[in-house]
Amino acid sequence: MYYQPEIETMPREQLRELQLTRMKWSVKHAYENIDFVKKICDEAGVCPSDLNSLEDITKFPFMVKQDMRDAYPFGLFAVPMHDVKRIHASSGTTGQATTTGHTTNDLAYWGDCFARGIYMVGGSQDSVIQVSYGYGLFTGGLGAHAGGEAVGCAVIPTSSGNTKRQVQIMKDFGTDILACTPSYALYIADTAIELGYDPAKEFKISGVILGAEPASENMRQEIRDKLGVQYCDVYGLSEVMGPGVAMECEVANGLHFAEDHFYPEIVDPDTLEPVPDGEYGELVITTLTREACPLVRYRTRDVTRIISEPCPCGRTHRKIDRIVGRTDDMMIIRGVNVFPSQIEQVITAFPEVATHYQIVLTREAQLDKIALNVETEPDFPIDEIRKIEDLKRRLGAELKSNLQVQVDINLVEPKTIARSEGKAKRILDLR
Amino acid sequence: MIDQLSVFLPNKKGTLSSVAAALSEADINMHALAIADTAEYGIVRIICDTPRAAAQALADAGLRATTTPVFAVRVPNTPGGLTQLLSFCEEKELNIEYGYCFLLGDEGAIDVLKIDAAAEDVLREGGFEMVSPEEIYQLDNA
Ligand SMILES: [Zn+2]
Repeated sequence: MYYQPEIETMPREQLRELQLTRMKWSVKHAYENIDFVKKICDEAGVCPSDLNSLEDITKFPFMVKQDMRDAYPFGLFAVPMHDVKRIHASSGTTGQATTTGHTTNDLAYWGDCFARGIYMVGGSQDSVIQVSYGYGLFTGGLGAHAGGEAVGCAVIPTSSGNTKRQVQIMKDFGTDILACTPSYALYIADTAIELGYDPAKEFKISGVILGAEPASENMRQEIRDKLGVQYCDVYGLSEVMGPGVAMECEVANGLHFAEDHFYPEIVDPDTLEPVPDGEYGELVITTLTREACPLVRYRTRDVTRIISEPCPCGRTHRKIDRIVGRTDDMMIIRGVNVFPSQIEQVITAFPEVATHYQIVLTREAQLDKIALNVETEPDFPIDEIRKIEDLKRRLGAELKSNLQVQVDINLVEPKTIARSEGKAKRILDLR
Repeated sequence: MIDQLSVFLPNKKGTLSSVAAALSEADINMHALAIADTAEYGIVRIICDTPRAAAQALADAGLRATTTPVFAVRVPNTPGGLTQLLSFCEEKELNIEYGYCFLLGDEGAIDVLKIDAAAEDVLREGGFEMVSPEEIYQLDNA
């Protein structure tokens, strides 16, 4: 079942034609109505009429988050406030906040994009969807809400917080689908279990649509098992729209990109040159239908790859792999790209070590070296050298096979690694 | 079996002295101390009074410490005392993870052995005397 079968299963050639028509409109719309876009295009010596194929987009300059900060609040709006129906803003925790406006059409398309994911987890007009994302300036709550309304679901706007009540509602209202962050879904599941329920067996819930933060495969599986659900990973970012830019179908191997509304490119974050399909790089998005805030080649800083093989589910929109990290986090070790998330994934598979870690990069004799500082769990027997050596050997082998680089493992004392700090402290680059 | 205080030490200057300092601060008396060293880290094995309180004191000082059950076997403080015990273990195929000795007053030597817990009966049947914790150190809940 598809929400919009004619669009979601559109033959590729036809889809590309639609994309080109829309891209021409979108770039022209941005160029003519946003001074900044006109300026950077003029500087790069390109104009909208240079766009004769989808690949021509690579001639255009990039836009970055800083451009949005500089244009705060409305410098990148392409329509008068008369046509703006809603304004979302990022939290601005890492600097000046950014704003994104939405017209009536923008909001309707957003609902459609998210609605596709509701169908992916088996939802329909008969479904009850519980939205436990925060509502507000953050796009999670209202984005999922719009998806539920587009489908015609019964939407429960619980927002986040008051977890015991979330469980009560989930049980009493017979929630079919839960939309929130992965960590909150797990917290709700654990709370339900603590209250004496077995949600996988006793609750009606059958699907979750989770996004807005990274989740390891272990965590996903834990959520699937504890709630007894199909897991749909949703990708989105407030600068571009919100949740719904890409959503994971039942095949669970990548997220279908809403290619009728967004054009994805993957570029090497250093050279900014496009990389072939299947290779990891930075996701760059050009909006195709956004009216209030169109973006040309927006660098998301999210790292993923295009999965271009046809999907067994029948949808023709290409998929992106799950986000492996942020370009800010990417480490280049002897020419190999390494992301903390890859290391994290290995660590979580070792119950003997705590999930806190620190990566230390050094250079010896012109060679990059990467060391991982981890703590053992309190019940790991620290009195036997053989067991410690065995753990280091197994962890090292697993990291080597996942990262393709040798990682030195240092077991450290507790509390030497700062708890729940930002990424800055988890990576110590001494090169 | 008795409780050994085990401390994991990354090889940095001053870490052993910080163990000693934390124990002395907590007013805990040590009876034996053995160090196993590798190029990257060390493991300190200690027999002391109130081992659980000692582990807590070290943990509070930011060290990785725990208590580990080990065997304390009394051997005569004479030449060959240890050999007898080790040959017995070999004969019975008891795999010794590690071991060390210390003297307990005038009553002879204590061999501390990390062996599988099931070895207790085998050792007893072999005529070896297990030393109880209270003979060696002050218990935690005493
Ligand atoms: Zn699919």
